[in-house]
Amino acid sequence: MKTRTLLLAALILPLGFAVAEPPPGEQPVDPYEVSNANAGADPFEGTALFEAFNGEAGIGRIVDDMVDRNLADPRIKDIFAASDLVRLRRTLKEQFCYILNGPCDYTGMDMKSSHADHGITNREFNALVENLQLAMNTEGVPFRAQNKLLAKLAPMQRDVVTR
Amino acid sequence: MRLEIPVVLVGLSVAFAPVCAAQKLELRGKLLLTRGVSNLEGAGGGALTPWALITGNGTDRGIGATAHYDYVTVNDYGLTSYGAAVGLYDRFEVSYSRMALDTRDVGAALGLGEGYEFAQDVWGVKMRVAGDAVYGQDTWLPQIAVGAEYKKSNRDGLVQALGADESEGVDVYVSATKLILAESLLANATLRYTGAHQIGLLGYSDEASLQPEFSLGYMLSRRLIVGGEYRFKPDDLAFAKEDDFLDLFGAYAVNDTLTLTAGYVDLGEIATFEDQRGLYLSAQVGF
Repeated sequence: MKTRTLLLAALILPLGFAVAEPPPGEQPVDPYEVSNANAGADPFEGTALFEAFNGEAGIGRIVDDMVDRNLADPRIKDIFAASDLVRLRRTLKEQFCYILNGPCDYTGMDMKSSHADHGITNREFNALVENLQLAMNTEGVPFRAQNKLLAKLAPMQRDVVTR
Repeated sequence: MRLEIPVVLVGLSVAFAPVCAAQKLELRGKLLLTRGVSNLEGAGGGALTPWALITGNGTDRGIGATAHYDYVTVNDYGLTSYGAAVGLYDRFEVSYSRMALDTRDVGAALGLGEGYEFAQDVWGVKMRVAGDAVYGQDTWLPQIAVGAEYKKSNRDGLVQALGADESEGVDVYVSATKLILAESLLANATLRYTGAHQIGLLGYSDEASLQPEFSLGYMLSRRLIVGGEYRFKPDDLAFAKEDDFLDLFGAYAVNDTLTLTAGYVDLGEIATFEDQRGLYLSAQVGF
């Protein structure tokens, strides 16, 4: 049994598939190919934006604040209520950090797969954008820098919004 | 004859409605300011020119509506506009506006009487045909809409005496609007085919021409945008020169219901009175 698992892992790992064992506190997910391309946007050049977001610590606070706002937002709280919030926070932080050209790799799923089952509408997508804007305001990210990140996230609407 | 284009567009929107009625209708949902304000003629857009954005806060799964009141005061004239517009499924827009030019002392000078009013009713339709101004940040394709405005002067007879061929007419236009988020800019270009004298307040010529209109705005926050607009106009009246319009504006979304706009306008020469510059104020409410 143990040998089989190891064999399987040896076969899967070189292909870049996620390890079956989830990080602490997270629920297991079906295997998928891990790649920075899953982040859905190319990173910025330079360090100015990463600094404008107060680095990894700032991004962490923004994501936590945004997720908290989403959970309290009657427009979209039901979508998040059923999610693995530990994993969601981690992968969102990775995604923002990667796009802002911080020292992170994105290990989450691509935008289409991760939103496929949620039946998200434009209204709900915009509600999340609004909560992200409020979280970025709270962190003190300059409006121009906020918009640069939003410009990278906006086209994801095509994969995220399915109805 | 002149009504054909608006009727076809209204027909299209009515035909489209039952398809969407099967879903649960959603109200509100657009991001702040992305419905535009209301222009003088009642369409969603800037102060002087329509944009490709659809009025109201409704998304592709809902409807929205706005009402506006504009007050413009320049050296020798006052101009007011009030009206309402409905946005359907972020696809169609139907608008009505009543615009009135108060000639104040000019009316007396022209022998019409002090405070004589040139007014017009404007019925507008707009249909979004391509692109997405907000989400399409990875493409140069702007949001594109086509529209038509039927305008009818309340001074049938007089406007002809002043040189117009008709007291009513139709403008058709195409607008392209792009939010350039990475630069915090909003840009719009509209091309209008029109024979209107002073946007229709002084009637219509039978000879129409293509006139471009431009808007550029810079977003200072998610509630505040400042910018300017330039609207080319025909100059076909024999008795008076007609100039292009321009403005500098600031629009502030108090919340997703109320947007206030204030600005400086230069309307140029109107009915032989030059340098008509002054203040533009507008309130728009909507859902």
